Amino acid sequence: MASTFHLQVVSLDGEMYNGQAQSVSCRTIHGDLAILAHHMNYCTAIGMGPATVVMEDGTRRAAACIGGMLSVMNGECRLMATTWEWSDEIDIERAEASKVKAEERMQHTGISEQDFKMAEAKLHRALVRLGVAKLK
Amino acid sequence: MAANMKAVKLRIKSVQSTMQITRAMGLVASSKMRRAKDRALSSRPAFEMLRQNLVEIANGNTDFISPYTRSGKSERWCYVVIAGDRGLAGGYNANVFKLVEAEAAGKDYDVLPIGKKAVEYFKRRKKEFVTEEFGEAASISIGDCFEMARLLCSEFRSGKYGHIALCYTNFASMLSQIPESTALLPLEDFGEEQKEPVRNLILYEPDSETVFDAIVPEYLAALLYGSLCESVASELAARRNAMDAATKNAGDMIERLNLYYNRARQAGITNEIIEIVAGAEGQK
Repeated sequence: MASTFHLQVVSLDGEMYNGQAQSVSCRTIHGDLAILAHHMNYCTAIGMGPATVVMEDGTRRAAACIGGMLSVMNGECRLMATTWEWSDEIDIERAEASKVKAEERMQHTGISEQDFKMAEAKLHRALVRLGVAKLK
Repeated sequence: MAANMKAVKLRIKSVQSTMQITRAMGLVASSKMRRAKDRALSSRPAFEMLRQNLVEIANGNTDFISPYTRSGKSERWCYVVIAGDRGLAGGYNANVFKLVEAEAAGKDYDVLPIGKKAVEYFKRRKKEFVTEEFGEAASISIGDCFEMARLLCSEFRSGKYGHIALCYTNFASMLSQIPESTALLPLEDFGEEQKEPVRNLILYEPDSETVFDAIVPEYLAALLYGSLCESVASELAARRNAMDAATKNAGDMIERLNLYYNRARQAGITNEIIEIVAGAEGQK
């Protein structure tokens, strides 16, 4: 039995996970990262990418995790995400639609840099969601 | 007597129509409130975790190089004030403004108002606004919160403001909404809440400056969004309570006026009988 630690995941839509976990991995601004039990005190910012939680009983759950921060304090891990969607809760149609829309917008010439950046971010989010939805 | 009765009748009618309006407003507020309450409750865990994280970070850190962690040289404060778009919500708006005045007493400050009432209030006070873009509290989305956060960050980094604070209304329960204020920037302002005897050493990856630069705008946006949810729920709850009280008062008033009206009517009838009897007596 692998040792576990307390993991709490919250997003702006509410508490997503609160309990023991064997590991949690996600993509930070610095690259992929996994936290195991007895990690030292740690703090980093989360980028955009898939995240995986291995629960106490060894089951694995994937999620799309976008933005936020991850901190480990005295053996407890807190992950505060801007959006956190479990792979089985992702609305694939909506993600497809927003991908198409973002691509269309980026094709347009003459849009401002700000708009282009926003469309790019939107496309990135949609791609992460689609990628995670296929994982399960 | 007859003229007086007519006036009372009119008054009853006008109170009745007022009661209709207050009752309708109360119903609208309570149905909207249910959704707002759910939203506020679901954003609360994130809100609390954020605060806790920041307090720990502020307490445990000594070697801050990020511009967000130390107060700038400027003595100017910026207050983000979240109020409602409309009145008729009891003391909701007034309480927030009172809090701002108390907090900001003696300080040199600008305002970022959210909600029409806040815009009006601080315009009257001739305060300078950071932006008026977010004048309508009801239409603000998460995206707007991020934009606001970016704006505040850039203003803070430019050194225009030394401190940024937020005043909002905490939704404690249906019956009690408490205006509160919290520090936003610099992160140093959080440290005062609890001083731990032992400093916790934290590893920042890639380094604390990069981490903070990435986290701070997000944390600001989340905090703004969370307190906005709380404020909207508070506003609706306050309005519902105020309208309930108004409806009850109108009911009481109608009852009193009805009593008065009936008395006046009775007095009129008695008078008429007396006149008839007196006339009959005189005929004899």
